[in-house]
Amino acid sequence: MTHRRFNRINQKFQQLRSRGTPAFMPYLCAGDPTPELTSKLLLTLEAAGADLIELGVPFSDPIADGPTIQRASERALTHGISLQQILAQVATLRQQTDIPIALMSYYNPIFRMGEEAFCQAAQEAGVDGVIVPDLPPEQAEPLLAAAPKYNLATIFLVAPTSPPERMQRIASVSTGFVYCVSLTGVTGARAMLSEEVAPMIAELRNHTDKPISVGFGVSTPEQATQAAQVADGVIVGSAIVNVIEKHQDDEEELLSAVKAFASELAAGVTSRA
Amino acid sequence: MQQLPDATGHFGQFGGRYVPETLMPALLELEAAYNTLKSNPDFQSEFQAYLSEYVGRPNPLYYAERLTHALGGAKIYLKREDLNHTGAHKINSAIGQILLARWMGKKRIIAETGAGQHGVATATVAAKFDIKCEVYMGEEDIERQALNVFRMQLMGTKVVPVNSGSRTLKDAINACFRDWVTNVRSTYLLLGSVVGAHPYPMIVRDFQAVIGKEARSQIVEKEGKLPDCIVACVGGGSNSLGMFYPFYADAEVKLIGVEAAGESIRSGRHAAPLTAGSVGVFHGAKCYLLQEDDGQITPAHSISAGLDYPGVGPEHSYYRETGRAEYVPITDAEAVEGFQLLSETEGIIPALESAHAIAYLRKLAPTMEADQVIVVCLSGRGDKDVYTIANELGVSL
Repeated sequence: MTHRRFNRINQKFQQLRSRGTPAFMPYLCAGDPTPELTSKLLLTLEAAGADLIELGVPFSDPIADGPTIQRASERALTHGISLQQILAQVATLRQQTDIPIALMSYYNPIFRMGEEAFCQAAQEAGVDGVIVPDLPPEQAEPLLAAAPKYNLATIFLVAPTSPPERMQRIASVSTGFVYCVSLTGVTGARAMLSEEVAPMIAELRNHTDKPISVGFGVSTPEQATQAAQVADGVIVGSAIVNVIEKHQDDEEELLSAVKAFASELAAGVTSRA
Repeated sequence: MQQLPDATGHFGQFGGRYVPETLMPALLELEAAYNTLKSNPDFQSEFQAYLSEYVGRPNPLYYAERLTHALGGAKIYLKREDLNHTGAHKINSAIGQILLARWMGKKRIIAETGAGQHGVATATVAAKFDIKCEVYMGEEDIERQALNVFRMQLMGTKVVPVNSGSRTLKDAINACFRDWVTNVRSTYLLLGSVVGAHPYPMIVRDFQAVIGKEARSQIVEKEGKLPDCIVACVGGGSNSLGMFYPFYADAEVKLIGVEAAGESIRSGRHAAPLTAGSVGVFHGAKCYLLQEDDGQITPAHSISAGLDYPGVGPEHSYYRETGRAEYVPITDAEAVEGFQLLSETEGIIPALESAHAIAYLRKLAPTMEADQVIVVCLSGRGDKDVYTIANELGVSL
């Protein structure tokens, strides 16, 4: 087991902050359309300008996700992919890339493995952080006890419905960055960036100086630019998964389409004025 | 007696609030509103008035004499929830929750349904209180419960088909949570069972506890003593918990929950998490559930749409772990026999869910003495299931 002095997510945000650049953080559902393509897609996203990868662990009952990521999860689960296999895949990928990776998993797969065992396995695989969309701070004691021992960032979500006192609590237990949910709703591409984002981030900044990333509904390079104007990081999920779904049967087209779209998004993020 | 759930919504290790942050403030708001209203005499008397004038409570605790003689053994009483308005126990909690929603100023109601009984109860109270209502229902359940779909539509509710996952109750609940995440500020989620995140398992239990409170005083009046055994079916677990809870402190009363064993426990095609499941986190609460080793939820199977659910309420999970209640499995085939048995001996056609509890009596009653007493929760009537039964018996209607 190798010990790292710094967490890759923290290092990345420090680098980007000193350059005054926001982070582009695309999402992939592990195993969609196949486990083999997940590794290639991840490296493609890095080549297209991703600063950090949010790697989704597919779940049978994803209550925080809209139809796009539901379908991606169903495609992934047809390959019988499990959390253990995803960790093994990250370990293999670590021979090729040093990009920070945050796992996004619903709580039950982590609970089944056990928080301690999960955090240890995640560190050994080279995972840098974990996002659990159905785990509010109130229920996170076991995870919060285990994660720091394994240098794993715990990234909690703030929602537009969170009052200031909850924002403060969520920010205080978050490490790596705070995940700002842009809208009241599930994941999915939207025509417009939610108007709730800017005031929410302004309020959140009153409670923390940790990096803040915006996700849910960021779908176009223009929206990515808008989000980057107020946040330290921009997460794009469903819009990329839509491209993957469209080209899932042709590997060459899939990788080139994802690269093209991700490059536009990355340019959108970095072009904030 | 220890107060359950505790202040954080846990029953021992079970329960809690495992939901997206977007919903946390709404759950806290709901908990605060409910705690205020629980001790508000005006709210309670309004609830009681609707139960008596609209639902038709108290319903009888009926001595099933021919069934008792047919099985030979303990005396069997039926708590007649099937005689409630809308034909099942679901209306008890629907009335309570819509009063709560109205008090909270919510303009829209959403609900999930499996067999359609909770959907019908919700559509009923939505019509009565003039609140816009949408009910999510799995496509497979829409096919097997066409009658209840039409009943909901007649009362002005929109039935939203759910075609994801197993297209049954669990997926209808997923869809409901997604709607609620999106519309949480305006919408009240009217959950039908003692499942989900705190405070739902507590709220639904408290509103359903009228079943057990009535049964308790009725059996004391008729028999001069408490029953030896209480039997009720368990899907999510609302009728059984409503029945069990007022007897919780009566250690001499044996509580037996009957789960759906589907094709059989060994086949793996069942809906019996308390018999053959393991502890996990599902639909907002820690509970027993059907799952793979890696934490993916396994679809349930039961002939009865209302029991076809891979999880179970956290308080039942706690009763199982502490041994306060015992949980037993009944297969599809045994449930069909129970359905026929009650129809033929008492002239009462039970819901397929309740038929699981009846079927267990064939195993239980003969092992008991004639001076012993069993109270069974007859949670609903079976009109909705006659097509399913006809199909099972090879009859075409």
